[in-house]
Amino acid sequence: MLNSRAELDVLKKKALTEISSMQKRILVCAGTGCVANGSLKVFDLFKQLLAQRPELAVSIELEKEHSQQEISAHTSGCHGFCQMGPLVRIEPRGTLYCKVKPEDVSEIFEEHIINGRVVSRLLYQDDHTHSPIETQDEIPFYKNQLRIALANCGRIDPDDIEDYIAHDGYQSLAKALFEMTPDEVVKEVLDSGLRGRGGGGFPTGRKWLFAREAAGEKKYIICNGDEGDPGAFMDRSVMEGDPHRVIEGMMLAGYAVGADEGYIYVRAEYPLAVKRLRTAVETAGKHGMLGEKILGSGFSFKVNIKEGAGAFVCGEETALIASIEGERGMPRPRPPFPAVSGLWGCPTIINNVETLANLPAIILNGSGWFTNIGTLTSTGTKTFALAGQIAHTGLVEVPMGLTLRKIVFDIGGGLRDNKIFKAVQIGGPSGGCLTKEHLDLPLDYDSLQKVGAMVGSGGMVVMGEDTCMVEVAKFFMGFVQNESCGKCVPCREGSRRMLELLTRIASGSGTEEDLLLLEELALIVKDGSLCGLGKTAPNPVLTTLRYFRSEYEAHVRDKKCPAGVCKDLLDYRIDPSLCRGCGLCKKVCPADAISGVKKEPHRIDPEKCIKCGTCISKCKFGSIVTN
Amino acid sequence: MERKFERLQEIIESHQGEVSHLIAILQEVQEEYRYLPEEVLTYIATAMKVSPATVYGVATFYTQFSLIPKGKYVIRVCDGTACHVRGSEPIHFALRENLGLVGGESTTPDMQFTVETVSCLGACGLAPVVVINSDEVHGQTTPESILRAVNKIVSREQQGENKNSSETGCCQNA
Repeated sequence: MLNSRAELDVLKKKALTEISSMQKRILVCAGTGCVANGSLKVFDLFKQLLAQRPELAVSIELEKEHSQQEISAHTSGCHGFCQMGPLVRIEPRGTLYCKVKPEDVSEIFEEHIINGRVVSRLLYQDDHTHSPIETQDEIPFYKNQLRIALANCGRIDPDDIEDYIAHDGYQSLAKALFEMTPDEVVKEVLDSGLRGRGGGGFPTGRKWLFAREAAGEKKYIICNGDEGDPGAFMDRSVMEGDPHRVIEGMMLAGYAVGADEGYIYVRAEYPLAVKRLRTAVETAGKHGMLGEKILGSGFSFKVNIKEGAGAFVCGEETALIASIEGERGMPRPRPPFPAVSGLWGCPTIINNVETLANLPAIILNGSGWFTNIGTLTSTGTKTFALAGQIAHTGLVEVPMGLTLRKIVFDIGGGLRDNKIFKAVQIGGPSGGCLTKEHLDLPLDYDSLQKVGAMVGSGGMVVMGEDTCMVEVAKFFMGFVQNESCGKCVPCREGSRRMLELLTRIASGSGTEEDLLLLEELALIVKDGSLCGLGKTAPNPVLTTLRYFRSEYEAHVRDKKCPAGVCKDLLDYRIDPSLCRGCGLCKKVCPADAISGVKKEPHRIDPEKCIKCGTCISKCKFGSIVTN
Repeated sequence: MERKFERLQEIIESHQGEVSHLIAILQEVQEEYRYLPEEVLTYIATAMKVSPATVYGVATFYTQFSLIPKGKYVIRVCDGTACHVRGSEPIHFALRENLGLVGGESTTPDMQFTVETVSCLGACGLAPVVVINSDEVHGQTTPESILRAVNKIVSREQQGENKNSSETGCCQNA
């Protein structure tokens, strides 16, 4: 139980000494991706090996004349480099081992931990030179990043509050409580130019000012962790990897606007994030960092966790409030804005996870430090979730204003399987597509808006030449149509009609009039919808129509899908002159659509074929063709 | 039926019957029954003193809730953008085809498998992702690899059945 700022500092010092006395610290990533790849087993093996070797601890003790345990194993949050998982980081050097399997554990333990020799075969290998790179910071994926919100992700044990405190945790709260007035905190955030990272890009300080000035005894802070944007996972990563930072951000907001209670609304699809947040809230309470009169100040704060139940629209502020109140998550017209009348009619601040995660660093280092990063109107960093046909999938945090080229090619390593870059879909179902001509566009709120896209939550799906843009537009429209809450007509009916038109175009029965109708309808939905979901829903259609019109025209005029994706416009055939009759395609076909005898050309039954493409990916002779 | 409502009552009471906890209550109830039977919804409404329409409205709004029973194995194919562009659709098709699901069906008649899509699991680095019963995560799947996983379950189930029937056989002999 910490009763004063001095006690917090003492604990910080103690925790830091503990970490620095550790000769080696093993951090095994326990983010969703790595866990799925078996990282917990890897962690258990490290623990077992540690437990089996008490004599080792003794010999090291003698050498360094230390009485403490010198090697420790922890689980950490997500490093963001999920594709290379399970990841194991060894401190103090910061060595990063990739794709570590249970059978590799004893080698790492013997070689690296005991003998101090790096196991090069498990290091990351440079894309071009193929030479191993030892430390995490030197890997190109990390080298060009600047991590503020993600600073601790992968570096600390998310379930250990002392680890967070050792890494400056709760220092900015202490600074705010004892050195700053609430007005000064609001001003610092205003001056920092921080804008909402959830998609809207509204200045956080301005929002706070409204709530600070709003009348009312009771005010609430809501952390929006309803990351519904398909293809974005930065909020999951922060909630799983550094939950105390989110709580500290909420408390800073609470102190600034005069709220004493907060809610974290998390998607139900993120069970691990829910678990880590619950643990964090509980341990923060036990340490006196949540509750009454925090650190002996006059400030009290309490945090509740609410699990969502699967509704994309709940990412919208007013719908999220309705959901916390236990209702159908449908948006309400604004004004009144939540900052004036929100949860149960009280002034409420809703900030996104990443926004909140930036706050401790801003308060600690000052707004001047923050405005030096990024561009004039988009300060700081932004986290992007790189996914799709890219070599390195993962989370990257970079200064605002970095170009698309730098992110996709320098950090992301370009496209996978030597595919050719076609487009990037940025900002999810609310965002738009960027093409080759935008590769040198600086990525910030205003530049993206100018080209019809938006930063959105930061999902960035890279697409190669074999992606059909009509199909992509149809995919997003299908998503929006499914998630439309049905309250307002333009979104409910408009999205359905747009999806029908896109389905028709993709199936080859669309006409040129359909393209015009689609465009007209898109503009109506954009103008007429009640909330952000509907207002931005047509963006994927409008941007693909703008930049890839010829592809739409090929579907309606020539009844062809140039990318070879739209099934109704495709036929799978086996070219008898190329087929050697190896039978592999027949074996892998999930629909039993391929027949033939060994060493003779096979054939595909078009009636049975589900056009899944499995045969194409297996055929070694390129004999399966589509038209 | 009596016992069923007893557990329900416990869940409602643990939330002090708070209407703002309705979603959490439904989540816990669904955990218990694997779906939300109609009479359960009516019971919740009566116990919480709200209209059945309110409870029904919430239960049908959120995708997590199901008013029809699901199979023993719920296979969720992630169809987030990242999975989609890496080929989640063929995987979904292959699963449905293999399990003989047609039209609007999502559960096999023997109540073994339910196949559904989910918008994003946030594990885009492993795309395409398929999750079986929320704890078995398959990353970088192909139609082939997922069918292999399903077939494994099928044969495990069949073995279990054989074992069960032989066990019953034993009992009968005894």
